[in-house]
Amino acid sequence: MEVFWFIIIAIVFAVFFILDGYDFGAGIIHLFFAKTEKDKQVIAKSAGLFWDSNEVWLVAGGGMLFMAFPTFYASVFSGFYLPLIIVLWLIVFRAIGLEFRNQFDYQMWKDMWDKAFGISSLLLALFFGVALGNIVRGVNLGGVENNISAYEGHFFFLPLWDSSFSPLSEHPGVIDWFTIIIGIISVITLSIHGANWIILKTNSSINNQLKTVIFKLNIALLVLTVISLYVWQSVRSDAFNNFLDKPYLIIFPLLYFTGLFGLFFIKKLKNNNYSFIFSILLILGGITSSLASMFPVLLPSTNGINESLTIYNTAAHEYGLSVAMGWGIAGFILLFVYMIIQKRLLGGKIDKMDYGH
Amino acid sequence: MEDMIFYDRLQFAFTITFHYIFPQLTMGLSLMIVYFKWKYLRSKVEKYNDAAKFFMKIFAINFTMGVVTGIPMEFQFGTNWAKFSELTGSIIGQTLAMEGMFSFFLESSFLVLFIFGEKLMGQKLHFLTGFLVFLGSWASGWFILATNAWMQHPVGYEILDNGKFILENFSAIFSNPWLIPAFLHNQMASVVTSSFVVASIGAFYILRKNNIEYGQLFLKTGVAFGLVSSILIAFPTGDWNAKNVAKYQPAAFAAMEGIFETEEAGAEIVLIGQPNMVEKKIDNKIAVPNILSFLTYQKWDKQIPGMDQFKKEELPTNIPALYYAYHIMVGLGTVFIGIMFLAAFFFWRKKIYSFKPLLWTIMFLVPFPYIANLTGWYVAELGRQPYLVYGLLKTSEGVSPTVSSGNTLFTLLGFVGLYMLLGLLFLVLVGKTIHQGPKPIKH
Ligand code: HDD
Ligand code: HEM
Ligand code: HEM
Repeated sequence: MEVFWFIIIAIVFAVFFILDGYDFGAGIIHLFFAKTEKDKQVIAKSAGLFWDSNEVWLVAGGGMLFMAFPTFYASVFSGFYLPLIIVLWLIVFRAIGLEFRNQFDYQMWKDMWDKAFGISSLLLALFFGVALGNIVRGVNLGGVENNISAYEGHFFFLPLWDSSFSPLSEHPGVIDWFTIIIGIISVITLSIHGANWIILKTNSSINNQLKTVIFKLNIALLVLTVISLYVWQSVRSDAFNNFLDKPYLIIFPLLYFTGLFGLFFIKKLKNNNYSFIFSILLILGGITSSLASMFPVLLPSTNGINESLTIYNTAAHEYGLSVAMGWGIAGFILLFVYMIIQKRLLGGKIDKMDYGH
Repeated sequence: MEDMIFYDRLQFAFTITFHYIFPQLTMGLSLMIVYFKWKYLRSKVEKYNDAAKFFMKIFAINFTMGVVTGIPMEFQFGTNWAKFSELTGSIIGQTLAMEGMFSFFLESSFLVLFIFGEKLMGQKLHFLTGFLVFLGSWASGWFILATNAWMQHPVGYEILDNGKFILENFSAIFSNPWLIPAFLHNQMASVVTSSFVVASIGAFYILRKNNIEYGQLFLKTGVAFGLVSSILIAFPTGDWNAKNVAKYQPAAFAAMEGIFETEEAGAEIVLIGQPNMVEKKIDNKIAVPNILSFLTYQKWDKQIPGMDQFKKEELPTNIPALYYAYHIMVGLGTVFIGIMFLAAFFFWRKKIYSFKPLLWTIMFLVPFPYIANLTGWYVAELGRQPYLVYGLLKTSEGVSPTVSSGNTLFTLLGFVGLYMLLGLLFLVLVGKTIHQGPKPIKH
């Protein structure tokens, strides 16, 4: 039952990053590459139409995490208090940037909200990567000092950073050089994804330029991936054990690398759907590989005193999980139905669409 | 301990109060939008369709605000109330996760389609998308109230040795005797809000002599919905809720009614007066004897326990606030019924469009349903104190053990600043939308 919910929640979060990922990415591209008002408008629209229905995946994922693994939810949300509040702020600014930019027709107003949208998209992409970095690195569960826990073993509190900025220090902070590397990988991945989305959904004048951008970003991504694999190993020596024990898990990293190599052919691909699929694989592979490398751990403990949080020691009780499975499956089917209806009806290029209002 | 949780409580109270400003309008408004769209399908008169689309614009602005202030609510369970989340997550997590899956998805997916899809899908389907938005927002209220009802009157649980609440009976959560009256009352309250908003925009158009035809339509529809919902909110739903509080939270009931001393026979109802916590009495009180006993139990001489019957630890922590909140809500409820009857009377005499004082009153009445809604929630939430889960888990036991009050104060101030900005933007945008009005009517 725990495994079932772990998989469901992993899927929901993966879908969230794939869907909201493109509008984060569109925000980053918008910030750096959109120059003319027409491009800015259409790119903002390609994100603005969908951000809300994409963000509900986050809300639903959060709700399910709360229901299935309440202890994990409680310790992670209180432990990462400050970064989560920053994330909330960024979510708010991104949303109002998108919703309000077209409400008044003068340049300063639009520029202001465009920047709000772009910068908060960039920082959110960074923070989500940093969060992933923190989760694979682990935290000082229980706030252990001189072999004594300051709180109950599953609680912790992380400062934003620690003066050494090192993941190997005794009390790592949220931001250190390891989590920053993962953060940058996330920014690059989502930028590629967002650029693909823009190419797919709009006729913006920068579409051709974006293909070159994707190509260059992809090279950077390859380099960073190799570096991260190396440092990952040094941060957590057991990082790859799961793959050695259960070789079939290799499928997840393979997804990632398929996406990564596929994107090098971006300029040869005739159908833009394919390159979008490659960047989906990139995100999907990245998230699932990280989770697979940890399973069944959800948050490793960096001290020897308190146990890591796993899907087993943080889960809700059996009965609750099994009734939730009933409505969960029904709900899950509905979600995909809504998504398909919506994407169908609002398919095609944004700037060709007639909204009738 | 008490002051350690003070900022957490303040932050929750502040952010939820701000959040609730938006859904209380959207839930009621979605019903009225469905009504306008339905009228259009029946009559094919263009103005109904444009009215529906106009209010959907206002809905959308509110919805965005609801989303961006709602995500912090969900986060706060984990960030500020970690212990509470850990202990009760397997129960309230159910309803919150169902809300995400069944209502937010419905609402947000079909809202986009309603706004952008009219030409793509034809009128019948367009009506359907509007209806699904309505369904989603009411379902959202249903799940949230199920969550809250469980905290007010916990059912279907079992407590383990380590203090964790686990779910023992899923359907009990939804057949909770607290839930149905609270849900109906709350939804009627949101219809009150939306009717007053619609009527007020109508009165505004009539008074400024622009968009008069819409003004008349909005005023009429607003008053019709407003009259019905104002009555329903007092009776049966308000009354039903009061009976529940008397039954399940007698200490809270004594405090909100302002009964300091238990009377031998029937209890009086306090209409006006200020609670004096030092002398434990109501100052300059106006009260009617025996009415409260009658209203609550339909028996004139039934005894109702006063605050003297409870231990100090069982009584709500802030009695005056609870008392005032309750009296403000009920007082405003009475005023709303009065005004709506008056408006209906003038409609009947066909004099309303020229009776300026009433139009001005209706126009400026808009903040009051919001106040009534918020004070209503204060009654519920302050009455639940000192417990988070009534009778079982104290508020002080639910707070995050690792987040210091300095951090909470810091983020609270941040929310205050951010929400001020949001509130300002919101008012500007809604003001602009109302000013522009719906699509002009062609003759
Ligand atoms: C327009 C708003 C509005 C108006 C006019 C009223 N209410 Fe109300 N009331 C609410 C809006 C509200 C609310 C915000 O929607 C609450 C909070 C929780 C809930 O379910 O509904 C509520 C709760 C609530 C409770 C439950 C308190 C608790 O849970 O401890 C009672 C006993 C009443 N109401 C009683 C009344 C009565 C007798 C009214 C007579 C006119 C009345 N309300 C008018
Ligand atoms: C399902 C809906 C709700 C849930 C689950 C909920 C839950 C909570 C929680 C966890 C707290 C903090 C702990 C406490 O002080 O008891 C709280 C406090 C509070 N809530 Fe609610 N709440 C809900 C709806 C609302 C609404 C809509 C309002 C008002 C508009 C509201 C007003 C307050 C206030 C004023 C407090 C502070 C009370 C105090 O600390 O004395 N709540 N609520
Ligand atoms: C502590 C309690 C609450 C939490 C955690 C919460 C959470 C949320 C979240 C996360 C959203 C955004 C969903 C989206 O992405 O579409 C939202 C919106 C909404 N909430 Fe709340 N909420 C709370 C209290 C309430 C209450 C008391 C009500 C009403 C009874 C309510 C009704 C709604 C509705 C109808 C929406 C849809 C948005 C809208 O129509 O404005 N919420 N809430």
